[in-house]
Amino acid sequence: MSEWLSVADTAKKIATGELTALHVVDHLLARIANLDGTVGAYLAVDGEGAREAANAVDKQRAAGQRLGPLAGVPIALKDVLVTRGLETTAASKILQGWVPPYDGTVVEKLRAAGAVILGKVNCDEFAMGSSTERSAYKRTTNPWNTQRVPGGSSGGSSAAVAAGLCAASLGTDTGGSIRQPAAFCGVVGLKPTYGRVSRWGVVAFASSLDQVGPLTRSVHDAALVLEVIAGFDPRDSTSLDAPVPAYSDALVGDVTGLKVGLPREYFAGNLDADVKAALDRTIAALKDRGAEMIDISLPHTSLALAAYYIVAPAEASSNLARYDGIRFGKAAQGAKDLLDLYMKTRGAGFGPEVKRRIMLGTYALRSGYYDAYYKKAQQVRALIKRDFDEAFQQVDVILTPTTPTAAFEFGAKATPMDMYLGDVFTLSCNLAGLPGISVPCGLTSDELPVGAQLLGKPLDEATLLRVGHVIESLVGLRDKRPKAVS
Amino acid sequence: MPALTRKEVEEIALLARLHLEPSELDTIQGELGAILEHFAALAQVDTTDVQPMTHAVPMELRLRPDEVAPSLSVEEALRGAPVKKDGVFVVPAIIPGDAE
Repeated sequence: MSEWLSVADTAKKIATGELTALHVVDHLLARIANLDGTVGAYLAVDGEGAREAANAVDKQRAAGQRLGPLAGVPIALKDVLVTRGLETTAASKILQGWVPPYDGTVVEKLRAAGAVILGKVNCDEFAMGSSTERSAYKRTTNPWNTQRVPGGSSGGSSAAVAAGLCAASLGTDTGGSIRQPAAFCGVVGLKPTYGRVSRWGVVAFASSLDQVGPLTRSVHDAALVLEVIAGFDPRDSTSLDAPVPAYSDALVGDVTGLKVGLPREYFAGNLDADVKAALDRTIAALKDRGAEMIDISLPHTSLALAAYYIVAPAEASSNLARYDGIRFGKAAQGAKDLLDLYMKTRGAGFGPEVKRRIMLGTYALRSGYYDAYYKKAQQVRALIKRDFDEAFQQVDVILTPTTPTAAFEFGAKATPMDMYLGDVFTLSCNLAGLPGISVPCGLTSDELPVGAQLLGKPLDEATLLRVGHVIESLVGLRDKRPKAVS
Repeated sequence: MPALTRKEVEEIALLARLHLEPSELDTIQGELGAILEHFAALAQVDTTDVQPMTHAVPMELRLRPDEVAPSLSVEEALRGAPVKKDGVFVVPAIIPGDAE
């Protein structure tokens, strides 16, 4: 079999008996053993559990039972997704050794659909970062160029998909953490509408922004995985009670008459020349297929960074209060009282980026500063949302670059602010709660992938997938594979 | 916005229940100062009559019926605890003089 087999083809070949699920999983486990030393995507490979799940699929088929839509499809999970019996660390030392007693909703849904969980993949600690350099455990490289970062925070998820170390993966996106690594690694990454996918059993970072979504090698695969993980969940109080469409039916290959908004704020300033060229080709190709390009403005775009880096750390400082060394995770030894236990456990267990954001969030929420920072940021957030509401009166979908540049080198972002500034194009989507997708749209002169980002109306993932599918067929990477792993 | 003083940084660390080494306090003082400087742009925005947006999707908070539902057993819930005893989490003395 080929490690590049799509989600759809894997499921089909297993359902028809052309391949066994065990053969598929063994092939990938061998490939992980050979290549993951170079890529560094996995924090934990669950070979035993994966083979057991594959065996169960093969037995079901042999017994003539109905197979789930992802039966035998090998999937990797970002290590912020809670997995029963499988260590979940959020790439943080504070959760080292934590073996959860339950599965998150998305994990339950994947298992129920027959998917095979290969293991847990690396990310920035607590999903805070844009390069996976903030993992407390290991470095993950970009399979297109191992001197470069895979993006973040879902860098293990994007690298594993790009390197053929799984058929698909799940990531989480709080400010771009699915779309940016997808762009850097040349894969498709979809952040659903806020509330579309359950957050139950997802290690929380910023609860009003976090969403789980798929990273895949094709738009069709993203649609198939989204169909499985989306839907109402009574255990998540922000889950949307809306029907889940058959997303794969949206891929009709046609964009005639579709109105595509090009926000001028995303095409100005220091956009890398190669990224701009790739976007220009994408725009020309869509026009050629009958889409109508409309110049629009999202005037509050430049304020998204400041609003995000107040709202997200504020929510994080509250969410991360639960890591106190009492109920789970690692506790400091020799504490003299309760306060001392809290202080030492957290001081030793969190890495520098997490500490920085907890401090920032605590500062913003502090009495006396609340109005100037947190309340102000939430008001600006409302203005950002209003920009989108107005734009979507005119257009069906918005097209932008996913990132200002292609993947950067390790250590290139010297200060926290340098790193944050790379997120400018992905943050607004989370602040407004909209769905967004990044689709590969070409390579730079250095052979690094470029991502085109589409932003849609709430719950209109179908249009993103439809347009993304056309972009993929016109300017996508086709069968071009990363050098380091081919 | 004024740069942060060392005392402020120490106060925030205590509020956040974070033990920070002196070198960490130095670094964070500088970094937070730089980040807050960037946030100054927000103060210039006219937000008169703009309702703060707490959530992406306007929705009523749902409550479920107050009925017993399946949940983790005590043993499972305690499995990850660093210190436990007789079916409960163990914490250091909270009131001075308590043995445990």
